[in-house]
Amino acid sequence: MKFMGYRRNDGKVGIRNYVLILATSVCSNKLAEDISRAVEGSTHINNTFGCCQLGGDARLTLKTIINTGIHPNVGAVLVVGLGCEGAEPLEVYNEIKKTGKKVEMITIQGEGGTLKAFAKGVSISRKFAQELSLEKKVECDISELILGMECGGSDTTSGLASNPTCGVASDILVEMGGTSILSETTEFIGAEHVVARRGINEKVSQEILNLVRGCEERAIALGEDIRGGQPTPGNIEGGLTSIEEKSLGCIHKSGTAPFQGVLQYADIPAEKGLFIMDTPGQDIESITGMVAGGAQVVIFTTGRGTPTGNPLAPVIKLTGNFHTFKNMEDNIDFDVSEIVSGHKTIKEMGEKLFEEIVEVCNGKITKAEALKHKEFCIYKIAPTF
Amino acid sequence: MEKQGVIVTKNDSLATATVDLKKGDIAKMFLGDEVIEVVMKEDVRFGHKFAIKDIKKGEHVIKYSESIGTATQDISTGEHVHVHNVESDRGRGDKKHQ
Repeated sequence: MKFMGYRRNDGKVGIRNYVLILATSVCSNKLAEDISRAVEGSTHINNTFGCCQLGGDARLTLKTIINTGIHPNVGAVLVVGLGCEGAEPLEVYNEIKKTGKKVEMITIQGEGGTLKAFAKGVSISRKFAQELSLEKKVECDISELILGMECGGSDTTSGLASNPTCGVASDILVEMGGTSILSETTEFIGAEHVVARRGINEKVSQEILNLVRGCEERAIALGEDIRGGQPTPGNIEGGLTSIEEKSLGCIHKSGTAPFQGVLQYADIPAEKGLFIMDTPGQDIESITGMVAGGAQVVIFTTGRGTPTGNPLAPVIKLTGNFHTFKNMEDNIDFDVSEIVSGHKTIKEMGEKLFEEIVEVCNGKITKAEALKHKEFCIYKIAPTF
Repeated sequence: MEKQGVIVTKNDSLATATVDLKKGDIAKMFLGDEVIEVVMKEDVRFGHKFAIKDIKKGEHVIKYSESIGTATQDISTGEHVHVHNVESDRGRGDKKHQ
């Protein structure tokens, strides 16, 4: 199966063609957003970190910023820094340049303040935007697609309808040679043994179990009851009783394909197939990680309803809750509630969802894109110092 | 198929209501070719769960053929199953200090 995409210099394929205004730290965040507002065809990330972080936490933020910068949905990057931050703008610039992507860099301190930096930044980005507008899509194989999968605002219809629908679409893509990422480690607690059984070998199965054990230990080490945080009050209101029940429903997103391996947050898979990425249950942090990992498109199942999008990748939202679809029709793209009522099967809705994914790859914009939702949040694993 | 609830697997001890159910209603569910009917002992709204067999205090409550927690009191068929009578067994940092 084919779709039309933008072939990048590093060989990867994008389904959008943005100029990315990339803030390397919280100090240049506003400037980056202001530049993006001034330039048609650009997008920006919300970066509230990038300085005074230590060790693994600092490295994770830097990796996420860089991998977001080299994403195939991005045609050109303007790196925007303060000039003295921990996540050094020059390092980010160099890493992006290595991939052959168009990139320039400005800093507030280097340009002499935000007003001058704004003028320079808009001028560079305007030039990029016009260059990108001349680029043509080419025919690509569906196996070049990486699909991110997320669930949020879950209720019991998630496990019964929308997640299994996602699973069918994921299986179709993986069968065709593509890649699919399951996320939200917290939401395997209680179901990890079911997931681990599908590892392609003992090593992967053990990695999955270790991942979940680590997550649960972190929660327990706080001396806190995970309940109230997970499941959320909304999950409970919607009928989900425990993290086990939520997780057993969540894992249906991954269908039946075997798991090729476990990815760390924001890592780009080196192979094709179905993967697990270690992300938290917080939806925006999770999607940010999968998109940094190269996911060009995301499917997001919801029970209670959510408006979430992403600055780079289209987020297709679906629900199995008829009331939610009617209530939030402005924000939710796809209704699979007929599975719950018994009028449609999971298989037929899964196939329809896969067709929708291909249409979105070919240019159909999602409701989140139309409404300019650009939720973005880097996962933080330690306090700032 | 007119039905009022969904049972995921034949090992499950509960069903999920697909309509708002009132005490006294008969909830009809299908499991493959088998029809299962339960008389509701209390109101259970859309998306919430009810027992399709009696569950004893201390027993695991089963959905998707797996445990979703432990019953904190006896639950009879047709009763609402949720946080008031089921406790999660995972992530219990609070239990470590008891």
